[in-house]
Amino acid sequence: MKLVTAIIKPFKLDDVRESLSEIGVNGITVTEVKGFGRQKGHTELYRGAEYVVDFLPKVKIEIAVPNELVDTTTEAVVQAAATGKIGDGKIFVSELEEVIRIRTGETGNEAV
Amino acid sequence: MNEIYEIQYALDTFYFLVCGALVMWMAAGFAMLEAGLVRSKNTTEILTKNVALFAISCTMYLICGYAIMYDGGFFLSGIEAFSQEEVLAASAEEGFAGSSVYSAASDFFFQVVFVATAMSIVSGAVAERMKLWAFLAFTVVMTGVIYPLEGSWTWGGQDVFGLFSLGDDFGFSDFAGSGIVHMAGAAAALAGVLLLGARKGKYGSNGQVNAIPGANLPLATLGTFILWMGWFGFNGGSVLKLGDASSAHSVAMVFLNTNAAAAGGLGAALVLARVLFGKADLTMALNGALAGLVAITAEPSTPTALQATLFGAAGGVLVVLSILGLEKLKIDDPVGAISVHGTVGLLGLLLVPITNDGATFVGQIVGALTIFAWVFGASLVVWMLIKVIFGIRVTEEEEFSGVDIAECGMEAYPEFTTK
Repeated sequence: MKLVTAIIKPFKLDDVRESLSEIGVNGITVTEVKGFGRQKGHTELYRGAEYVVDFLPKVKIEIAVPNELVDTTTEAVVQAAATGKIGDGKIFVSELEEVIRIRTGETGNEAV
Repeated sequence: MNEIYEIQYALDTFYFLVCGALVMWMAAGFAMLEAGLVRSKNTTEILTKNVALFAISCTMYLICGYAIMYDGGFFLSGIEAFSQEEVLAASAEEGFAGSSVYSAASDFFFQVVFVATAMSIVSGAVAERMKLWAFLAFTVVMTGVIYPLEGSWTWGGQDVFGLFSLGDDFGFSDFAGSGIVHMAGAAAALAGVLLLGARKGKYGSNGQVNAIPGANLPLATLGTFILWMGWFGFNGGSVLKLGDASSAHSVAMVFLNTNAAAAGGLGAALVLARVLFGKADLTMALNGALAGLVAITAEPSTPTALQATLFGAAGGVLVVLSILGLEKLKIDDPVGAISVHGTVGLLGLLLVPITNDGATFVGQIVGALTIFAWVFGASLVVWMLIKVIFGIRVTEEEEFSGVDIAECGMEAYPEFTTK
């Protein structure tokens, strides 16, 4: 099993959710996060004084998937989240040792 | 004729009460404006200050303020008395178009809400760093003595410490209180801010001005609209009479001019901010509307509609320059209250002689100096005493975590709570 963690532009969340449903992903966890990458921050103005916003709002999606679904999952996220402009985000794939469904106690692929 | 006098008494009393209720609503405007322009970690405390200062103002003015200002009796003794014969006799003496005859209780109600307005000005300027109880201790003295004494020399017609009369000797004229209410509140605020110092992080180590954005601009905008509405009572009620054709017309002109000045102030500040900063700064536009209102308050009845718009616009331009100037002087005022009410309050006083032949520039300057010197000096002494006795500023750590937790023990927007 793998854990796919994607950082995307917030307005793309609905598109990503839809395309993940289409390929059979059963659940995701979403967090509002802030950070910076190549896009860096930007400056804003308040009562004549400029201030720098160093961290931009992004959405982090975590998806646990069986090994065979990893490629389709990452492809689906890339397809749905890409705008071609700077700041589209990143996907990290990492090993997932164990998954347990709390209600039933099922483990492994059954629980994903 | 007696029935007509009674109806006139009823109408003028009713008008006072309705205008007083409108001015009372300005307390809500100040509370929302200030809550919007501070950071969210200081919201509960600024709201607590606003409700508490209103309550203290009402009580202190009832205990001694009204007695000092208008000789109305300590604890309003005798205000409940009513005599139909006296009302009719006074009305007959004044005549139908003469000075207004109204219930003394309605006069107290209308005056007391002005005290709260003056005090609300202070709370915004010292926001985010002053101790709650130090502020409330100052409120007691300001609303019980400092403001009423200054009011007694102006609207109360008393001599300034028995030395000279602003009205009789200098023809000082301040219709609804650009100086008496607004500049007085700003003078007390300035004294407090000078002793209190700037918010931590407002100025960088090499002197640059840092922005500390307000948490909630919808609330700040709502607050401004509430103040704008309440101002119709503030200025309109200051005509003191509705019950004859010429007074009614005067009231209508005051409403019209008050609204025109606010519009002029907002427009001018918005355009100036766009020119200076390259962006339309909402908070400057809001301050501009209030500046327009303050500028017209000293004389809303005599200007033409065009003059009122231009006076308001002058206030809107001045307030932006004043805010930027005070920031350079490291006088940190989170909501711009000293500029809106102080700098523009002075402008309002100085605009009066342009449209009112009864006032002179010399008289207006003497009046402004008298009000400012007294309120600023007395406030400075009181703030210093409070500073020595309890201290006026929260600790650096409390300021960092927010005065909501430090002073009130609760957050305005609790986001993560379990049970």
